[in-house]
Parts: sequence; C-alpha cells; structure tokens
Amino acid sequence: MQRFIIIRVFYSIVVLFIVSMIVFGLARMSGDPTDVMLPLDASQEQRDALRQIWGLDKPLPVQYAKFIGNAFQGDFGDSVKWPDHTALGMVVERFPATLELAGISIVICLILSVPLGVLSAVKKDTPLDFVGKIIALLGQSLPPFWLGIVLIFVFAVNLDLLPTQGRGDVRNLILPAITLGWFPVAAMMRLVRSAMLEVLDAEYVKLARVKGIPEWKVIWKHCLRNAAIPPLTYFGIVAGQLITGAVITETVFSWPGTGLLAIDAIRARDYQVVQAVVIIFAAIFVLSNLVVDILYAYLDPRIRYT
Amino acid sequence: MADTAILVKRAPWYDPSRLSRFGREARRYPILPVIFLIAVLVIPAAFAPMIAPHNPLEGELSKRLQPPVWQEGGSWDNVLGTDKMGRDVLSRILYGAKYAIIVSLSVIVVSGVIGVALGLIAGYFGGKTDTIIMRLVDIALSIPPVLLALAIVASQGPGLKWVIVVIVSVLWSRYARQVRGEVLSVVTQDFIARARVAGCSHFRIIFRHIFPNVVNTIVVLATLQVGFVIVLESSLSFLGAGIPRPTPAWGVMVSDGRELVVTAWWVAFFPGLAILLVTLSLNLFGDWLRDRLDPKQRNV
Repeated sequence: MQRFIIIRVFYSIVVLFIVSMIVFGLARMSGDPTDVMLPLDASQEQRDALRQIWGLDKPLPVQYAKFIGNAFQGDFGDSVKWPDHTALGMVVERFPATLELAGISIVICLILSVPLGVLSAVKKDTPLDFVGKIIALLGQSLPPFWLGIVLIFVFAVNLDLLPTQGRGDVRNLILPAITLGWFPVAAMMRLVRSAMLEVLDAEYVKLARVKGIPEWKVIWKHCLRNAAIPPLTYFGIVAGQLITGAVITETVFSWPGTGLLAIDAIRARDYQVVQAVVIIFAAIFVLSNLVVDILYAYLDPRIRYT
Repeated sequence: MADTAILVKRAPWYDPSRLSRFGREARRYPILPVIFLIAVLVIPAAFAPMIAPHNPLEGELSKRLQPPVWQEGGSWDNVLGTDKMGRDVLSRILYGAKYAIIVSLSVIVVSGVIGVALGLIAGYFGGKTDTIIMRLVDIALSIPPVLLALAIVASQGPGLKWVIVVIVSVLWSRYARQVRGEVLSVVTQDFIARARVAGCSHFRIIFRHIFPNVVNTIVVLATLQVGFVIVLESSLSFLGAGIPRPTPAWGVMVSDGRELVVTAWWVAFFPGLAILLVTLSLNLFGDWLRDRLDPKQRNV
C-alpha cells in the first residue's frame, strides 16, 4: 500500500509539472511579451532593457525554473485587469463562491443519485427504472450551458420565481446548483444502478432473504455497502469534474466564482490570472484524482498490485 | 418446499412480460434516432447551402430579433426568428450542423487512430512499453479539457484547429485504455501463440488476429463518444474557447443568445435544442449498437 501511494503521488506531481509546462509554453508562444508592454515607438535598447528586467533574455529553461520557483512561493504575478490584486489573490478571493456552488451540487448529487440508483436497480424494468434511464440519458445529452439558459428562461423570466443571475441568498443558488449538478446526478445514478444490479444477484443476498431479514434491510444495509465502491470512487472524480462544469455554470449565471474569473481574464488578456487559475484548478483536479485512487486501493486490495 | 415461498416475489400490478417484450421489439432497430440524426445532422451538413432559406452570415438589420413564426411579430420568412444582427436562426442552425460533424468526426478519427494504435501496442508487447504508454494515458486522462482550452485560447485565440487539438489530446487516452484492456484478454489465448509459432510477424498478428477481436468495442466507444465530443465542443465554443464568432456553430449561437434570453429566447433556445436532440439520438444509437455488439455491457 505504501508503495502504491508513493507511486501515485509521484504521478500526480508529474502531471502538475506537465500542466505547468504547457501553461508556461503557451504564454511564451503568444508572441513577444515586450510588444504588449511597450508603446509602439520604443527603441530596440528600451526593449532590451525591459527584457533584461523581466528576465526574458535568459534561456527558456531558466525562465521556466524561475516561474516554478515563484509559483511555489505563491507568486503568480500581478493581475493586469484588476490592478491592486496579485493573480493568486484574485483566485483566492473568488474561490469561496465556486466552493459554495460546487458544495451544494455535491450534496444534491448524493441525496438524489443514491436513492434513485438503488430504486432503479431494485425495481428493474419497471416504470420507475424507465424514469431513471431517461434521467441518465438526458444527463449525458443535455448541454449544461443550454440547460442553465432554459432554466433561467422558465423560472426567472416567465414564472418570475427566482433571480436570473448573481450570487446572493438561497434563491440565487437553486438554478446554478441544478445546472451544475445535473450531469453528476445522472452519471452517479447510472453507476449506482449498475453496481447494485451486480450485487443483487449475489449468493449472500439470497441467504439474507432466506434468513428472514426484511427486504429493505437487505437492500439498504447489505447490498448498498458492497455496491458502494465504484460510485464512491467516481464521486471523487466528479468532485474534480465539477471544476469544469463550474466554469460553464458561472458563465451562464454570472456567478462570481473562479470559473468566471478565468473567462473574464481571458477576455481581458490577463494571462497571469489565467495561468494562476489553470494551475490551481489542475492541482485540485489532480489532488481529487489522487485521493480517489488511494481510496479505491484502500477499499479494493486487488488494485494495489496493478 | 415451504422455504421456496420466501424467495418468490409478489406479482406486480403491471405485466412485466408485456412491457419488456415491447421494449425489446421497439429496440430491435433504432429507427427514430437514425431518422432524426439524418434529418438534423447529415442532410443539413451536406446540403445546407441548398436548403437554407437565408444566408447565415449576413443579416438584415431591419429584421433583427424577430420572434419565431408562431409568436406575434414572426413571419414564415424567418421560421425560427432572427438574432440581433438580423440573421435567420434556422439557416444558421442548418449551416452549423457542418461544424458539429467536422469537429466530432475529425476528433474521433484522429484520437481513435492514435488511441487504438497505442492500446494495441501496449497490450500486445506488454512490459516496459505497456508501462510507459499507460503512464502517458494516465497523464492525458488527468488533464481537464476545458482548462487546456482556456489556456490555449488565452495565448493563441480561439480557432477550429485548437478545438480539435484540445479534444484529441484528452480523448485518445480513453481509446488506448479500453483497447489495451481488450487486447490483454485476447492475447492470452492459444491462437495467438500458435500464430507466433507459425512465424507470423508481430505486425501481422496485431492486425489480422487481435484487431478484429477488439474492433467491436472500438466501434461502440466511438459512437458513444461522438455525442460527448459534440457537447464538449459546443461548451468550449460557448465559453469563447472554441470555434470563433461569427461562425454559425451551435455553441457559439447559444452564447450569443444568452444575454438576450429575457427578450429573445429563441436565439439561444433552438441551437441548444439541436445539440440536445442530436446528442440524444447519438446516445440512443450508441446504446443500441452496444447492445448488439457487446452484450456484456447491456446493464450499464
């Protein structure tokens, strides 16, 4: 187990480095940065002087090392669009909003998908299962940004029940949470259903019934515990994928989180902020994958030896 | 025999044999999804210039934000209304089908070729090659495509080729992983060893003996991925990180219509509906295909 963990952590670090290299490379690819910083009639000496100040005349690997060194100290540069903030500062400032949205979506996902999945499996091929399958299918097929817009149209514009955008009290949370949570609910439900279907056929389930254990206990206590492993590990992946969904949902609902920050920063050509957001998000994603892998290995010892 | 009574379930209020029979019959051929796909995806993509009533890129500003024909102020001239530049929504949707097909097909083909090749090599040769390739797969699977697209757009600007590059870099790994798993179960069988003994080269074994046994899984995976790719591409275009304006790609159209949802809901609604229905049909078709080709996975 130790060895497994060490190897997994090592890969995660490798992935993060590769992401940082990609981000760094893309920044350098977008042309000579001094063009942006200087007026058009600047002389060559001024350009060279600026290059030296910024360290742009050094070879690329040295620049990259400096970039990584700074990153470890939490210095991702200063934001161009929001002058008094550092890039990392902007990310941190907006992060609670994203966390709030993602947190609610996770809760909704758990509350809805597990019972739906279990019921769908137990009552297989019934109308209830049919509903469950429809939800799963729609979950995969609905573009999340369109769902958000339709929800806004129906509930905010027509029925005037909920606000159209922004962050505020509970009512602001409902529509974005539905939009963000829709796909995870559908995917988790599908997974719970298939895991339960496999477990329901097991011998020990029949034994439990023969012993006289009430059916609800058989399903919820015995089956679900054994069926929980794949959904549990997928859940960790979902937590990471919520990042991607958050970018879209925040854009649709103008929710002031880190995802919207990334989009605004791109529009404003504030590359420092984009860099910070991408790397932080990637770190969260990689971390959640790592936790999932370790959890899976802990629960299912066969995995440790692959 | 009294104990068997406990194991027998009570009869439900509906007739399960009739229901499942109906389901099975209706699913023998996926008629509805295929018809729909052809109508909304294939025909517009191929024949848009001939069947679209208007030019998708030039609008008449005097006709901006006209509602669809069934609402007040609409006309049969612009059946689904116009956007804020006066462009006909229906024509733009028809022209947009082309982009959905181009992106998804090129992505699936390129990532499929790369992924399947690497998966075959990894599974067949095993050992160090396998380990290296699988590490690459893990790394590729760890990168969220939206983040990559955002980083690329920030530096290079949006573009069709970037969308394809981004999605391919993430998608190939799924093929590789799946194919490698299948290959591992095929490679242990006797006929492979016998082919080797008979003097077949590695290349020949992979192509003539292993590949035909994994091709079913590949086809199923590819079909199910097309819908996913279309949604991903339109999400990227919606964010401004995919196909650039004013190209009439569906994701771009939804993005344009988003700010107008209060006054002109049709600008965002119909392109998104197109995406939904196309993806739905593709998924239904893919499920049917999977049931036909790979019955083991039927319950998933």
